[in-house]
Formats: sequence, C-alpha cells, structure tokens
Amino acid sequence: MLNRRLFLGAGCLGTLAFAMPFRISFAQTAATNKRFIFIIQRGAADGLSMIAPLADPALTQLRGPLLENAASGMQLDKLFHLHPAMAEIGKLYQSSHALFAHAIASNYRNQSHFDGQNILESGGTFAYAEKTGWLNRLTSQLSPNQNKSLAIAQVIPMAMRGAAPISNYAPAQIPVASEDLLKRVSQMYQQDKLLNASWNGALKKRELIDDVQGESGKVMGELACRLMTPDDGTRIMMIETGGWDTHSAQTQRLNVQLKNLDQLIFSIKNGLGNIWNNTLVIVATEFGRTVAINNTGGTDHGTASSAMLFGGGMIRGGRVIADWPGLNPEQLLNKRDLKPTLSLESLIVSSLAEHYQMDPQQLAKGLYPGLKDLKLMEAVLG
Amino acid sequence: MSDILIAQNRFGLGARPDNLASGDAKFWLRNQLSAYRPFPQMLSALPSRQELAVGVAKSNEGTFFDNIPNLTSKIQTTNSSKNTTPKKSPIDLDLQINAVADQYYEDALTARAQLAITSATPFIERLVHFWANHFAVSANSPNVRPYAGAFEFEAIRPHVLGNFSDMLLAVEQHPAMLIYSDQVNSVGEHSPLGEKTTLEKNLKNKLVTSENLAREILQHHTLGERTYTQEDILEFAKVLTGWTITDNQNSKAAQNSGREGQPGTFIFSPLMHEPGIRYIVGKKYSQTGIDQAQAVLKDIAIHPATAKHISTKLVRHFISDNPSPALIEKLSQTFLSSSGNLTEVYKVLINAPESWQTQAAKFKTPWEWLISSMRALNTKGVQSQSINSLCAQLGQPIWKVNSPAGYDDASANWTTPDVLMHRVEVAELLASRSGQTIDPKVLASQLLGNQLSNNTIQTLAQADSLGQALALMLVSPEFLRR
Repeated sequence: MLNRRLFLGAGCLGTLAFAMPFRISFAQTAATNKRFIFIIQRGAADGLSMIAPLADPALTQLRGPLLENAASGMQLDKLFHLHPAMAEIGKLYQSSHALFAHAIASNYRNQSHFDGQNILESGGTFAYAEKTGWLNRLTSQLSPNQNKSLAIAQVIPMAMRGAAPISNYAPAQIPVASEDLLKRVSQMYQQDKLLNASWNGALKKRELIDDVQGESGKVMGELACRLMTPDDGTRIMMIETGGWDTHSAQTQRLNVQLKNLDQLIFSIKNGLGNIWNNTLVIVATEFGRTVAINNTGGTDHGTASSAMLFGGGMIRGGRVIADWPGLNPEQLLNKRDLKPTLSLESLIVSSLAEHYQMDPQQLAKGLYPGLKDLKLMEAVLG
Repeated sequence: MSDILIAQNRFGLGARPDNLASGDAKFWLRNQLSAYRPFPQMLSALPSRQELAVGVAKSNEGTFFDNIPNLTSKIQTTNSSKNTTPKKSPIDLDLQINAVADQYYEDALTARAQLAITSATPFIERLVHFWANHFAVSANSPNVRPYAGAFEFEAIRPHVLGNFSDMLLAVEQHPAMLIYSDQVNSVGEHSPLGEKTTLEKNLKNKLVTSENLAREILQHHTLGERTYTQEDILEFAKVLTGWTITDNQNSKAAQNSGREGQPGTFIFSPLMHEPGIRYIVGKKYSQTGIDQAQAVLKDIAIHPATAKHISTKLVRHFISDNPSPALIEKLSQTFLSSSGNLTEVYKVLINAPESWQTQAAKFKTPWEWLISSMRALNTKGVQSQSINSLCAQLGQPIWKVNSPAGYDDASANWTTPDVLMHRVEVAELLASRSGQTIDPKVLASQLLGNQLSNNTIQTLAQADSLGQALALMLVSPEFLRR
C-alpha cells in the first residue's frame, strides 16, 4: 500500500548488499579502485586523550587523574602517546598506515554540538550557511565510476546531503538504546517522581551491554567492508559514531569508545584486503574538550582536538602532524582550551586531493566555497 | 501552555511544526466537527468488507464458509454426506489465508497511521481511535484480521460525529464484530435450523446460542457493568440469534442456514433465529425477526446507564484518570437530552473548564505517543510494516487487544519500566530517521510551550547531537503527557 516502494527500496538494498559474495578485488590500481571512508565522532571527542601530549608538563597539572594509564599506550614521538585502548591503531602507525594531526579544528569556534557538527559536515563558515554537505559535493566532482556513495545511518547525514545521489543502509530491527542516551534520560527524569521510579526499574532490568571488547565497532567495520569490496560496491562511505561527549566518567567511557574505534579501523583494514592500499579513512570530530578535568571526572566542551587518517600504500604515516601551541595558561585559547593551529578543512582537502589526484584549489572551492584563503598542507600523504 | 497547544496535545494527535495550529483553541476544535471527512482519499483504495470477503474466499479455494469453522463442519456433517473436491491440507490453507489476512491488516493499519500523521482534523481522528477501542475487536483471530481495518473505516468513521445508536447498529452488524464474538455461529435452540439439527442423532455437539455478543454489548458497548443481570444477557442472546453474515452463494451450508448473498455482508437469517417475546432490562420486546434486536439496541443506546458509561469513558480518555463526577454528569445530561447526539456531547467536553487545565494529567498511549512523535518530526509518509512492528514493540498492537474491553487508557498502564524503555529505543530510532535540521530546543518550545521544565530544556541543550536532542525531546516528561 502506501509507501511500500519506500520500504521495498530499503529492503532491496539490504538484500543486495548481503547477497554479494565476500570478494576481494585484485584488479590493479586505477582511479576506480579508490575508496574513501569518513568517520564522524559526534559529541566532541577528546583529542588530548586519543593522542596525549604526555611530554607537555602542563597536561599533568590540569588533568592528572585522567592520565593514570596514559603512559602505557604506545609512544608516538617525543611529545605524544597513543591512548592504550587503541592497540591495533598503534600497529598501523608503526607500519606507516596511520597519520595523526593535533591541535586541529574546523573554523567553528563556539561550543554547540549542533552548530559544530553542522559546520564540520556542511563545510560552511557558520552554522546552516551551507545547505549541502561536503561529501556530497565531493562525489559530484568525481567520475561516475568512483563516486558511488553510501552512509551507514537511518537517514543520509548532513555531510552527504545534496544534489548527488547517495544511498544509506540501516539495520532493520529496532536497536537497543545507546548508553549515552540512557544516562541523559535518567537526568531528565530526576525531578519526575513517577517516571524516575519507573525508569530506575527499567535500567535495573536492562542487562548492561558489555561492549568493552569493541564488538559493535567490529560489526560495523565488517558491514562496511561487505558494502565496499564488490566491484560495483560503495566507493565513498560515511560512518557515524556517538558517545564522545564525556562530561563525566571519562576514563571508563573512553576506554570503551576507543576500543570500539580501534576495532572498527582494524576490521576495515582486514576486511578490505588489498583494497586497503587504495583506501583513505578520515576520523574527525566537531571540536575538542577542555584541557582541565572537571569535578565529575570528565571534561567539557573545548576547541581543538585531534584527527586521524588511515590507509594502505599511499599514506605517509607514522607521524603526528602538529604545530604544538602548548598547554601553559597563556598558551591556551581563552585560558581554557587547546588552541587550534591546524585547519581540519585543510587536512581534508589536502589529503583528498592527493588521494584522488585532483587539483587541490579546485577541490577546495567545491568542498569549502566559503573558506577563501584555505592554506593547503604539504605532503599529507605519499 | 497556551490553549491552542493544549488543544493539539490533549484533544488532537500532537502538533506538526510544519503546520502549527493557531488562533482560538475552542474554535480550532469546533471547526474540525465540520471539516472532518469520513471517507478521505487515503482510504479509498482499501477494499470494502465485501471485497475482503471475496479475497479471503479466493485464498480459501472458494469455500468462504471454511472461514467460520464451527458451523461449517457441523452443517456439513448434517447435510452433505460426501465432499469430492480434492483439498489442500488444512495447514497450507491456514498459511495462505493468514498471508492474505496479514496483508489486509497491514494495509489498513498503514493507512490509519498515514491519515493520523497528516490529518488536519486530528481531534476527530482521536475520536475515531477512541471509538474503535471502545468497540474493540481483535485481529489476533485470523478470521477477524482481514476485517479489522474495514470495521473502523465502515462502522466507526461515518458515525463518529453522528448519533450513538447509528454507530451501535453499524458496529453490531459488521462482519468483524459478528465474527469476533462468534455471533455468526449463534443458532436459536428453537429456530428452524436448531430444531432440525437436534433431531440428527449423529451430531456430536448441538448448535448453540452464543452469549458473547449480547454480553459485550451490555457490558462494554452500552450500559456498563452492574447495570444488567445474567438473565438479560441470556434473553438478549436469543434476540440476537439470526444476526450473521452471508456465506458463499453456492454453498449448501449457506442454503441450509439461510445465508445466501454477497459474501461479507450482514444478513438476518430467520432459519437461525429464536422466536418469542423477550424481556431485557425491564422492557418487553414482542417484535419478530430482525426488528426485535434493532428495537433493543435502540432503547439501550439512549439508556441513562449508557449515557453515564460513555460519558465517563470520554472524560477519562481525554481529561483525567479520575474524572470529575460533575463533568461526567454534564456530558450524560447532554447525551440523554440529545438522544445520543455525539457532536453535542463533544461540545460539552470542549467547553468544560476541566479540559483546559495547564497541567497535563494523562500519559499518552503508545499509539498516541508514536503518532504525535511522527507529527513532531514532520513525518510525511509511513513505511508499510513499520507501524505494525513499532506498535507491537511499544506494547499496543492496534486492533489486537486481547479483551473486548479494549485497551485501558489509565496512565498506570503506560508508565511501566518496559513501556518506558521501549519508548526510548523507538525515540532514538525515529530521531535517527528524521533527518531534521531544526534546533530541538526551538522545536520543543513550539510543541510544548512554557510547559517545558528547566531540567528538560537543559537536557536538550546538552545533547551531543541534533538526533540525540530530538530523541530526548520525544521521551521528555512533557512530551510523554498530554
């Protein structure tokens, strides 16, 4: 009946994706074999935890309690340690398949998640200025055989909206609610006697999902590979991750979050096989978090964070790109935040231009039309 | 909260931000009484009861009467000695019929939801849903399932603003109700068919008079509990014998039970009717044939107990779990003085001061919550099947209640831990599907006005994404109530 077509459409996509035999393409490098995955970290991921500048003495002063196990992570260079939950990512770094950028931010300088994510995804210079997303505009600059795009999401996220055709894939069953949402619901019901009592009962009944093994990241990564490996499969993909807004209990929460991210990247690399050599993955968040710990064991909305790039052959990895601003009070933005010294838009344009062998100026105009003097980063990739 | 917001939440199905109501709240409600369309375009493609019956019969190899197992088998053993046509195994047939029934059910439910999320007369849609629940049938029975939607569209919708006795008659003569209550198989002991079959020695069970419909009418549809006796039910059940539906025109069983005619149609069968004078709730009924039950229905439709029962349920549904006796009395008086003119009764409800208290006293039922959530997200179209599974997940599968009393809309039923957790899950799903770009804080104030607590506003503002803020708004204490 009504809108069945809509439903069937989604259903067919699912069937198709899984009907494809798991296959790795051994075809030789050509433009059509390029893959690009954009992973968004919604909620402002803490760059100072992911890539921790342990050699900066001010860090310990400001957030000592958050650094308990930080030194057990892999040392990346003189300044930085990788978070210990990201062991697989550490291996990629050692084999030059991972590249990190620090003290980096989009052109957004306030602290609203909604506005920050809108700018990160739309590529505008203020929230809601651009009506389409930069990933969509990217696909329209690519040839038809390398721009087949898909988002793993219930609806097309902002970054992928626009004139170019994009599809999405969403699991059919109603998923269990995310941990982060449950916490916020608890807060919202605190002053409502009836709901609060009932909700506490609901939480008790719910077996807390033990996700410290990174299962959901692994599942997502395997799904992504099934969609991307076929010859006529997806070339450009966006994956959404949430739960990064760690105002409280940051240590425990980031352990789980980063383990999942680690497994996501690991299973993508594994699942793509040889295609990994022609793949670029960018992981980015809307803004960073305060340097200082707050009184609930977490951090609050900040400015600069870190970003990660992954890929096979062409990445000149094993580096942390940073123009380190320092963490002494006078070095902080508004005496509070890590100061941005690198542009996230620049990182995205520069790496994509190299990945697709495109004119960077031309690409910048398409992706970030509002940013007039975007300075390119030299030799991000190979 | 402004009155127009109260009206949309308490009497409607929640506000649609892309089509916010404005102006005088009472005018907005009263205006819907004339703007309502009982047969909107959206329902025109759905099959009628007769078309449904033909569809079901086709899936059942033309033997429509197999749909009503008891009487068929009994009459077949009595009247036809052999059955030569090779048949599919009963299990194959059941699956086949169920698939057809499921499809009819799902199409109708999808249309109902589509209508509800887009309706410009949401107050009247709410009333339709109220009455469909008042006259509950259950599509859990595969025989009822194909007709469940048609029941609401054909028996409720045309009469929702009319006279209660007209709705009552339409309801009690609809195949869905007659099959659900097993009335189709009810045969009077001293009816021609009853007399004939009792003579047959090889018949295992006698054909019997079913009390179900008589009880449902008195207990749930009209007078309400403790206003009648068991004797009234027995008498009324006899009056109702012969009220049934047509069978396949060519079947032997149809001939023998006086039920030939276009499939899926109400029919009075004199062969099944128990003749005689009856006394029900203190009144004598000496009519014959179909007139007798019609006379009973006419009388009890305007009985003071019915007026009170209906009025109580209306006030309890719209206003409060503990309705004020004074308001119930006001509605009852109007019900009686207008001989069951429902529009007049609704007007009393609209004008009552109790209806406009700013504090929302009721929790939304899962259906109301789901529809109001979809409206809040400006949802344009619903996906087939999704409504069915969402309603089931939320604990209120539509037209599938397991009691003729319908779903109880008391708040306690809809604030249990499981119900809440399922709402949070569905809210997250709906929010992730919505693709909204509007700031949820703005949206929340559009929908809920100054009812929003600081705590809720703060929670929404702190959400880590637009989607999460939307999900939180949908399960906020303010949005869960109306």
